[in-house]
Amino acid sequence: MSRIIASAAIKGAYSIVDQAKKALAAAIEKNGKDCHVEFPNTAYYLPVIHSMLGLNVTTLGDLEEVIGEIDGLLPPLVSEDVWIPYLGPALDAGMATLFAEEIIEACKYLDGPNPVRGIWLGAADDVILRERGIQFVDGSAPGFAAIVGAAPDVQTAVDIALKCQQRRLYVFMSGSTNGTTFSEQLIEGGVQLGWESRLVPFGPDTSSTVYSLGFASRAALSFGGVTAGDATRNLIYNKDRVFAFVLALGEVTDEWYATAAGAISYGFPVIADSDIPEILPTGVCTYEHVVSNIPHDNIVEKAIEVRGLKIKISEVPIPVAYSPAFEGERIRKEDMYCEFGGNRTPGFEWLETLDISEVEDGKVEIIGPDIDTLEVGGRLPIGIVVQVAGRKMQLDFEPVLERQTHTFLNEAQGIWHMGQRNINWLRISKVAYEAGFRLEHIGKILHAMLHDNYSSIVDKIQVKIYTEEAKVLEMQKKALASYEFRDERLAGMTDESVDTFYSCTLCQSFAPSHVCVITPERSGLCGAYSWLDGKAAFEITPTGPNQPLAKGAPIDKKIGQWEKINEFINANSQGMVAQMSAYSMIVDPMTSCGCFECISAILPSTNGIMIVNREHPDITPCGMKFSTLAGTVGGGNQVPGFIGHSKHYISSKKFISAEGGVGRIVWMPKALKEELAKSLTESAERAGLGGAAFLDKIADESHGTSEEEIMDFLTTNEHPAMTMDPMF
Amino acid sequence: MDVKKRSGDKAAQEMIEHMAEKGQENIWDRLDAQSPQCGFGKSGVCCRICTMGPCRISKKAPLGVCGADVDTIVARNFLRAVAGGTSAHSDHGRTVAEAFVAAAREETKDYKMKDIAKLHALAKELGVETKGRTANEIGIDVGEIALAEFGKSRGTQLMTKRAPKPRQKIWEKQGVVPRAIDREVVEAIHRSTMGVDQDYLSLLNHASRTALADGWGGSMLATELQDILFGTPSPGVGEVNLGVISKDEVNIIVHGHDPLMSEILAEAASLPEMVEKAKQAGAKGIAVSGLCCTANELLARHGIPIAGNFLCQELAIATGAVEMMAVDVQCVMQGLAKVASHYHTKLFTTAHQAKMTDVEHVEIDEKDALNIAKRLVIAAIDNYKNRGEIKIPDDKETGVMGFTNESIKYMLGGRFRASYRPLNDNIINGKIRGIAAIVGCSNPKVPMDSTPLAMAKELIKRDVLVLTTGCATVACGKRAMLDSNEALKLAGSGLRQVCETVGIPPILACGSCIDNSRLLVATAEIVAEGGLGEDINELPLAGACLESITEKALAIGQYFVASGVKVFFSDALFPFQGSDNVMEYLLGGISNDLGGQWALESDPVKAAELMLEHIEAKRVALGLKDETERKLLGMEERREL
Repeated sequence: MSRIIASAAIKGAYSIVDQAKKALAAAIEKNGKDCHVEFPNTAYYLPVIHSMLGLNVTTLGDLEEVIGEIDGLLPPLVSEDVWIPYLGPALDAGMATLFAEEIIEACKYLDGPNPVRGIWLGAADDVILRERGIQFVDGSAPGFAAIVGAAPDVQTAVDIALKCQQRRLYVFMSGSTNGTTFSEQLIEGGVQLGWESRLVPFGPDTSSTVYSLGFASRAALSFGGVTAGDATRNLIYNKDRVFAFVLALGEVTDEWYATAAGAISYGFPVIADSDIPEILPTGVCTYEHVVSNIPHDNIVEKAIEVRGLKIKISEVPIPVAYSPAFEGERIRKEDMYCEFGGNRTPGFEWLETLDISEVEDGKVEIIGPDIDTLEVGGRLPIGIVVQVAGRKMQLDFEPVLERQTHTFLNEAQGIWHMGQRNINWLRISKVAYEAGFRLEHIGKILHAMLHDNYSSIVDKIQVKIYTEEAKVLEMQKKALASYEFRDERLAGMTDESVDTFYSCTLCQSFAPSHVCVITPERSGLCGAYSWLDGKAAFEITPTGPNQPLAKGAPIDKKIGQWEKINEFINANSQGMVAQMSAYSMIVDPMTSCGCFECISAILPSTNGIMIVNREHPDITPCGMKFSTLAGTVGGGNQVPGFIGHSKHYISSKKFISAEGGVGRIVWMPKALKEELAKSLTESAERAGLGGAAFLDKIADESHGTSEEEIMDFLTTNEHPAMTMDPMF
Repeated sequence: MDVKKRSGDKAAQEMIEHMAEKGQENIWDRLDAQSPQCGFGKSGVCCRICTMGPCRISKKAPLGVCGADVDTIVARNFLRAVAGGTSAHSDHGRTVAEAFVAAAREETKDYKMKDIAKLHALAKELGVETKGRTANEIGIDVGEIALAEFGKSRGTQLMTKRAPKPRQKIWEKQGVVPRAIDREVVEAIHRSTMGVDQDYLSLLNHASRTALADGWGGSMLATELQDILFGTPSPGVGEVNLGVISKDEVNIIVHGHDPLMSEILAEAASLPEMVEKAKQAGAKGIAVSGLCCTANELLARHGIPIAGNFLCQELAIATGAVEMMAVDVQCVMQGLAKVASHYHTKLFTTAHQAKMTDVEHVEIDEKDALNIAKRLVIAAIDNYKNRGEIKIPDDKETGVMGFTNESIKYMLGGRFRASYRPLNDNIINGKIRGIAAIVGCSNPKVPMDSTPLAMAKELIKRDVLVLTTGCATVACGKRAMLDSNEALKLAGSGLRQVCETVGIPPILACGSCIDNSRLLVATAEIVAEGGLGEDINELPLAGACLESITEKALAIGQYFVASGVKVFFSDALFPFQGSDNVMEYLLGGISNDLGGQWALESDPVKAAELMLEHIEAKRVALGLKDETERKLLGMEERREL
């Protein structure tokens, strides 16, 4: 009976298109056709329109062309007696609806009500897209649920959201049912909303749903190397790689059907709690298109099954919920039960390897008082010592495993963690304490999660938690010695000192032709993977995305090309990339998936380069914002003169060493300069550029945001790049 | 006379009885007069090629005068039939190509290219530059390339490149990649003349080559160029059966195969000046309807109703309400002239290849086509006053027709997701077991429309998606089997679910007999979409034409077989069974060479079962399971994508 759906979707499309036309006419009357229109801070214009139609909308006048496209797509209503095929036309109506919804939302940005108001967040900007996009890429977020409408009651909403969070799914919320929104229900239920908690309130209108699809469309452009205007590839990319679905809660209106028809073109199925007709045969989506009448206690599981997803839920024996969705949860002082470390009390965390006979798997010891001895707002010193043993365990893996403490503890609801080593800082919320969370649960989390993630390296894990100050300080000394030992080893580790690099093709689920090569002196461009991580990951999953790469005979040591590495890249980029330089951004630079923390771009007139990090939202001297630059660099393309890289790589001795290294940096955002001040000073010192003095020669946004503007500054300060050899 | 033996269709029964009452002769009467028919002819063992004959092979005389054995004689007859069919489609195709070039050269103002997107697509396929050129400039190049395909001196048919790569390899290996269409037909006639090719396998191999020149050559070019010239059909609603003949309008019926005539006549009849003239003549307007394949084309492109299929042509005139019938080529019975002589109906032949004794010939010259067409319409209007007693059956049904590759892909995914993917997926998961093509003619030796209907019903009940062309389509249309409301009631649950999702009947009307080339393209595209093997012969697919009449049906059958399809004909209508060797090859051996084969069965339900058996065997060979397992993907599997 999908004729009913097609019929309703086409009717709904007419209604939304009508609203868009009215909104546009009003906006043009008020502001004129030349009035600038945009979603804030994105290089993708109005993203669905941009990615599907290839139109770069910048003015209200441009939207009239979009209306023309919409009118061309809107099919006639479905006849009641003898009908002609309606699936294709209904899908067209769905796409027309999405274009119309973007027009509606764009007009709101101009004339209000502003999509960003109260709890509502409006369009995701490019910073969020990249920051969050990487989680979709590396699998830490398997997909998203676009929830339209509202649950019948607050508790149901909270349960559904929690289930999504436990499954690491993002929840994008829009629309309302009888004036109630899912987002407001969650707030009423005391749930933290926001990108951090993966519960994203886009807006209260049906048209706000288009932000979800804009996010998906941009993923294909920025990670998939899909070009704007190639609608079919974009939609297929989403069907195959972005595991999203729509949960329709409450009465499904014609306008919802129309929007859902748009989502179905992306391969995102609709799972409804109400009794609407179903569309079960497959084709446009991987499995069913519309599944209905699903009880709330099963709707998330059903949606995941319909979308064809497999999600492992971590089973951690603690009294609070556990999921990466809680990683970004903040615990404010007034919500805090107690805290540890953070310069308030002594603290550290340390993982050491012991002989297998010395470790009793699963044992958690609390040495000192537990938190139930504290008053609300109390503090304790803390020393977390994780002792592991395993036949495949290596000393090199200790820091890799130890660093996970941050993530693992944060993922528990009501537990907050920051820092590492001896600058760690933990908070436990009142709610978690009341739920029964005690110190032993920290040990339980670490035990469970280390086993879960590193079972092929470690066989046994025990955890000791010290809370007596004297004992903490005593153990901290041991830890400090260990940290020092590791740092020395790392400092001595150079690209020349190893025969093997590691590949990373983790992002090939999104960027099929991209291959990262991780060397001791060049970490993965996402900043998340060091050479040691690669080594450990290979031990964990020998057939996984991190493979050891024997370098083979050097082709050119200066630019960093080796025979075997090139062979591997060629084979694993599906022949798209024939060769790659580890140390040059001019000759065969490394490709990027789109997850890079920073982009370096050549500034020809300065004889140097600029670096911009993804948090920096403004224009840069190369004439582009980070997001626009990212579009050029990402998607697995080699673009001479541009590279994506990690923050860490900037201070490496091998940072574009073929082009002269750190001395080439003529511009970077102030915040980035400050963040990297220490390591960058050391690096400049090493390069004979005068340490901190060199940092002062690097221009930032306060000196200018164009090549011309910063030239004076560079000349006055005698920036070394000015006198270096030409870059190319 | 048992009218039920003549037709399963009520409207036709009514008209057959009407003619009998009036003592007017029609096709069934002539069949009776011809019966019993020659047994030698029926088994294909008769050779009339040289004047040492005619020879007919029997136990007593197992060799012809020249020494040709039964295998050679039957294979020659088969090859000549295929060549005849190929020449029909290809001569039609060439006529269209000539008009196409004339339109592009602006030598006629009456034909203009309509589907420019398809022109660009074809130009790209043929390597014609499109950038910065007008449609007509591109059209001239495309048209000339197409025209050259009929008679070029070297090279092979360009459209064969549309076939899956392994298929092309098989053709190369077998030596059947077709060269110029004319050449293959000429060579076929040459080979089968006295004293030339006297090895049945060699003759049959050339039958494949000739047939491929039809399917992937003449027919395909005709379809492509017609789509560009007159617009690519998209599914639309139309009415079918004799009831479409209007009681109070001037009735014009077009009959034949070539849209050049029917299109321009329909256009002329729709001109306000003509409608006005009809009203002045006392009619309410002008009603154009079609017969036979040209009717399929008109309905698909313009929603113009179909009066009937092949067997209805005489019956239509016998309504006494037809002011004018214009005919062009193929399947036009000379008997029309006699029936028309009983009524006021004016009959015109319009194609330069096809005249008829005592019938006025008005050739549709493409350079002045509209004016000529107007003259014909006026002749019809002027004839309205001569109308006498009329008898028009009430029966007519609505149906959806006009499915093409383009429209099937569109209906499955809309503009942005257009593809065969949903079809492939639902074949893979078993909701649709496979595809059956029911094509071809309407033979007076069986009750009208009975076999395609019985077969289609059986197949859709068993979840097989049916594609039809030609007279079989009209048969389905007359019984509302092209209307989702009715037809889906008979469909199996899996097929029904898919059809309901898409909004289609379980039987897709894909056009005229020349449009069987659309089915070839469809098979190639379904293979290319993936998941159902690498070549056409791996697809869960079968074809059938149980009421074959013309040589065209044999050409079509053979090009499907040579493309890897199993094709079912009726054993009662396959006049080549006099040679065991020939039959053994056609029914079996040929599949080792080309992947497809012939099969004979006259009972439509049994044939449907055999088709299903074949489809199921193909499913097994592909490793398709009834319920595809839902594959849930974790991140690791997603990276493998």
